[in-house]
Amino acid sequence: MTTQAVGGRVAAGYEAVIGLEVHAQLLTRSKMFCACSAAYAQAPPNGNTCPVCLGMPGVLPVINREAVAMTVRTALALNCEIPAFTKFDRKNYFYPDLPKGYQISQYDLPLSLNGNLEFVVDGERTRCGITRVHLEEDTGTMQHAGHVLQEATSSLVDLNRAGVPLMEIVGEPDLRSADAAREYLVRLRQILMYIGVNDGNLEQGSLRCDANVSVRRPGAAELGTKVEVKNMNSFRAVHRAIGFELERQVGVLEQGGTLVQETRGWVETRGATISQRSKEMAHDYRYFPEPDLPPLQLGRDLVEEIRAAIPELPQARAARFSEQYGLSAYDASVLTATRPEADAYEALVSAGVTAKVAANWQMGDVAALANEHRLALADSGLGVAGLAALLKLLETGAINGPTTKDLLAELYVGGGDAAAVVSERGLGQVSDESALAAIVDEVIAASPKACDDFRGGKTQALGSLVGQVMKATGGRADAALVNSLLRDRLSG
Amino acid sequence: MTTAGLTAAEMAAALRRGDVTPRQLLDDARAQVTRLDRGLNAFLAHTDELADRQALRAAEMLSADAGAAGPLCGIPVALKDVLCVEGYPTTAGSRILDGFCPPYTATAVRRLLDAGAVPVGKTNCDEFAMGSSTENSAFGPVGNPWDVERVPGGSSGGSAASVGACMVPISYGSDTGGSIRQPASLCGVVGFKPTYGRVSRYGLIAFASSLDQVGPFARSVEDAAAAYVAVAGHDPSDSTSLPDQLDDPVAVLQRGVNGMRLGVPREYLGEGLEPGVRERVTEAIAVLEGLGATVQEVSLPSTDLGLSTYYIIAPAECSSNLARYDGIRFGRRVERPTVADTMMSTRSAGFGNEVKRRVMLGTYALSSGYYDAYYRRAQKVRTLIAREFDAVFETVDALVCPTSPKVAFTQGAIQDPIEMYLNDALTIPVNLAGLPGISVPCGFSAGLPVGLQVIAPRLCDARVFQVAAAYEQATEWHAHRAPMVAA
Amino acid sequence: MPLSPEEVVHVATLARLGLSDAERRRIGADLDLILEHISKLQRADISEVPETAQVGNLVNVWRDDEPAPSLRQAQALAEAPNTDGQYFKVGAIQE
Ligand SMILES: [Mg+2]
Ligand SMILES: [Zn+2]
Repeated sequence: MTTQAVGGRVAAGYEAVIGLEVHAQLLTRSKMFCACSAAYAQAPPNGNTCPVCLGMPGVLPVINREAVAMTVRTALALNCEIPAFTKFDRKNYFYPDLPKGYQISQYDLPLSLNGNLEFVVDGERTRCGITRVHLEEDTGTMQHAGHVLQEATSSLVDLNRAGVPLMEIVGEPDLRSADAAREYLVRLRQILMYIGVNDGNLEQGSLRCDANVSVRRPGAAELGTKVEVKNMNSFRAVHRAIGFELERQVGVLEQGGTLVQETRGWVETRGATISQRSKEMAHDYRYFPEPDLPPLQLGRDLVEEIRAAIPELPQARAARFSEQYGLSAYDASVLTATRPEADAYEALVSAGVTAKVAANWQMGDVAALANEHRLALADSGLGVAGLAALLKLLETGAINGPTTKDLLAELYVGGGDAAAVVSERGLGQVSDESALAAIVDEVIAASPKACDDFRGGKTQALGSLVGQVMKATGGRADAALVNSLLRDRLSG
Repeated sequence: MTTAGLTAAEMAAALRRGDVTPRQLLDDARAQVTRLDRGLNAFLAHTDELADRQALRAAEMLSADAGAAGPLCGIPVALKDVLCVEGYPTTAGSRILDGFCPPYTATAVRRLLDAGAVPVGKTNCDEFAMGSSTENSAFGPVGNPWDVERVPGGSSGGSAASVGACMVPISYGSDTGGSIRQPASLCGVVGFKPTYGRVSRYGLIAFASSLDQVGPFARSVEDAAAAYVAVAGHDPSDSTSLPDQLDDPVAVLQRGVNGMRLGVPREYLGEGLEPGVRERVTEAIAVLEGLGATVQEVSLPSTDLGLSTYYIIAPAECSSNLARYDGIRFGRRVERPTVADTMMSTRSAGFGNEVKRRVMLGTYALSSGYYDAYYRRAQKVRTLIAREFDAVFETVDALVCPTSPKVAFTQGAIQDPIEMYLNDALTIPVNLAGLPGISVPCGFSAGLPVGLQVIAPRLCDARVFQVAAAYEQATEWHAHRAPMVAA
Repeated sequence: MPLSPEEVVHVATLARLGLSDAERRRIGADLDLILEHISKLQRADISEVPETAQVGNLVNVWRDDEPAPSLRQAQALAEAPNTDGQYFKVGAIQE
C-alpha cells in the first residue's frame, strides 16, 4: 500500500484526527447502586448479584458515595472543572446484559467538564483536551455459543459485573497519530493507577478504550467521516488498530472512494478492523433524568477535601526527582513509572542510600529480579528496608560490588539480614592495605609477562592482574585499592 | 357474631380486652372474603401461611406487652399486588409477572409485619397500576361493593373494595395520579395519599417513580391515620424517601377545624362534574364552615394542564420502568429464535392494551426530536402547577374539593381513553406537586358514594387527617355500609 | 400532527413491543387522540420556568461503600424462564 504510516503518523497529504473514549471500572468495595461486591470475578456466574443489580421489579438504586469521590478525584487529576450541580440520567436501550433496560449514566450535567492531559510524543510536548469525566454503571457480560457473535445461536448472560461503578473519560479529538493515542492512554492509565481509582488492566477490561478515527486534508476545517474503533484490549492493539484504520481510510480516499460513518472492531488475529454494522435496530437512547436518584450538589469544601488528598502525580514527581536527586529525565520517568516504585526509591534515599546508587541498583539488578520473579521489590522478601541495608553495606565499603550483586540475588525472594550473612560467611571486603600489598606482590612476581605488557603501555593488561588479586581474595578485595597498589608498584 | 364490620381501632380495643384473638379476627376476615369475593374479585392471591404466622406473632406480642404493641398488631390487612412480599406471588395485575415470587419484601410491608399486622392477601388492580377502573387487570375486573356491576375505581380497586366490603378494616394501595383517593371515593371509604417521599417505594413495583406513593384505605379517618403511621418514615433503600421528622396525625384527630382557613379551588368545581357530586361536596364544605373553618374560593389556573402534563411524565417514566420486563431474568417469556424477537413477543403477549398504549406514548414523548416539545415542556408545566399550590397555601391552610368528578360507573361504560383519564383530573395535580391528599366519604349520589378530597402543603400530612376527622365526626356517612356486607 | 404508520412502527420497535397490524392502527389512533388533547400544553407560558423532575427537594443522598452479601446463584436464577443452571440463557443476538 502506498500510504505507509510512519511512527503511527498518517501518510503525507493527510492529517489524522483521533479521540479516545475510555471506560474505567472504579476500585470501590461495593457496586455503584447496590451493596454487591465490586470484585465480581471471584463469584460463580450470577452469584454476585442482588435484586437491585438484577433489575427486579420495585427495587431502587442508592448512590455509592466513594464512587462519586473517586470520579471527582480523577476529574481533578485531569484538570477538569467540577460543576456545582450534577445529576444521573437514564440511557434507555434493550440488551440482555442490561438488566433494567436502561443504564444509569449522566447526560447533560456530568460530574466534570473541560479538562486536559499533557504528555510527550517523540520529544514533542502534547496536550489533549478532556471533554468530560462522568459516572455510570457497568453492564453484565455475555458468552456466545459459537465463537463469532454473528454466528451464535444462543448466548449466556452473567450479571456479576452489572452495576460495577464505571467512569467514562471522553477525550477531545486532539490526537494526531497512533503514537500520540497510545501515549495518551499510557499516561491516562498511569494517573488512574497513581490515584488508586483503577487497576489499569486492559486485557481483562477493567480499563477499556474505544477510538474515534478520521482523516482530513491538513487545515481542512470540517472533520472527515468518523469511524469508531472497538475491541482494542492492549496498548499494542490500540496502536495497531488506529494505525491500520488510518491507512485504510487514506487508502479508500486515495482510490477515490468515500468513507462510511460506522463502528469497526479490531480483530487481533487478522490485524485488521472489521465493520460491525449489523441489522440491529437504530438506537435512540431517550435520556431523561433518573427519577429514583436525587441530584448531587458537591460543595466547594468536599471538592477541595478530595483535591487535597490527591497524591503527587507521575509527571510532577518525575520532575521533582531529577531536580531533587539529580537524575536524568529518563531515569526520573523510569523510577516514577508506578507509585510503588517511586515510593520505594524515595524510601531507599531517605534510608541513607545515595540517590545515584539507589537509582542504578533499582533500575538495574532490582528491576531484573522483580521481572524474573514477577515480584515487586515492596512485596519481595528483601523488601525496601532490606535493600537499603544491603546498599549501605556497599556504600560503607563493608562489601564490594560483586558481593552486593550476589547477595541481592540470593536474598531478593526469601529475604534475610544482609549484615548477618556477610559476617557469618566472612564476605566482608578486604581493604587492609598491608594484607592486599602482600598478595599484589605475589601476583606481580608470578606474572612478569603481564607486568611488562603494562609497562609497555598495554594498560588493559592491568585487568588480568586485578583479576588474579580478586581471585586470590575470593572476590572480596577492595577493587579500587588493588588498582592503586598495582599502579604504584608497576610504575615504581 | 363476626368481627368483620369493626374498625381497626375497635378490633385493637377488643384484642386488648381479650374479647377476641388475632386468630379470630383472621378467621372472620377469611370468612368474609370467602363469602363476598366470588362476586367482587378483589383478591388475586391469599397469603395464608404468612397470615397464620403473623396471627401467632401478634398474639405473642400482645400477651408479652399489649401496651407496647402498635394499633395494627393483630389487625387483618390487604396489600395491593404491586407490593412485593418475599416468597409470595406478586403480579402487578399483569400476565408478564404471572407466577413471579420476589426474593425480597417491600419496606412498607416489612414495617407492617414488624407491627404485627396480618396480611390476608394481595389485591387486584389495573395492570402496573395504570387505570381508573381496575378493568385493566389481566386477571379480571373488580366489582364495586355498592353495585358489583359498577367499577370500584382504580388502579387500587381491589384494595378499596376489600375495605368497602368489610373483608379487612385496612388495606394498602399505591397512588400515582389518584389510584388510592379515586377508588376510595367510588367505594365509600377513606383513602390517603401521603406527601411524596413519606412512605418508602422500595419493593413497590414502579409505575411512575416521581409520582408513586403507597398509602392506606380504611373505614375511618382514625384507622387511616394509624395505618399511615405504621408504614411511613425514612428508608435508606429509597433515595427519594424523606428524612424529615413525622408529625403525628393521630394526635391531631380531635383538634377540629375551628379557625382553619380552607380554600375551594374554583377550577375543581368546573364543568365535567356530576351534579350529585357537586351537591354533596358543596354540602360537605358547608359542614366544615359550620365547624368554624373559614372557607374562601381560590384559583389554580393551570389545573386543566395537569392531565396533559401527567400523561407525558407518567408514560415517559413507565416506558423506562417497564423496560426490565424482557423475559430474561424473571416473569413470563415467549421464546423466539433471536433475542430481539423474544423480547418483542414476550412484551406484546405479556402487556395489556393500556400498558402498551402508555409505553408507546412515553417512548414517543422521550424520542429524539420530541423530548423538548413534550417531556421537557411537561416538566416545566409541572413546576407551574406546584408553584400555584405554593401560592394558594400562602393564604389557606388546606384545600377542599371533590375527589372524583363521577360516582362509580358501569363496567365497560367508558371506552374512550381520554374520557377514562378525566376521572383523575382532580387528583393528578396533587401527585404532580407531591402533596398529601385524602378522600373521605361525604354522602351519596343515586345511591353511590361521593368523596371529599382534602389537600394540604408538602409534609403537612397530619393536617389533612385533622380536617377529614373533623368532617367525619360531624357526619354519619362513614357509618354507612354497602348492602352486600349485611346480606 | 397525527403519527404516520412508519412512526408508530419505529416507536414500537424502540419500545420492543411486537404489535399486530390491528394494534398498530388502534394504538396509533389512540396516540393521535391523546397527543391532540395534550397539545394544550403548547399554549402554556413556560418562559423562564425551570423543569421539575422530582418534588422531594433532596440532594446528595448516598450510602457508604460497604459491601453486603449477594444472593446465591440459585436464588438469582430462581425466577428465570430459561437458564443452564449457571447463566441466564437467551437466543441469538443477531437477526
Ligand atoms: Mg458510557
Ligand atoms: Zn447487587
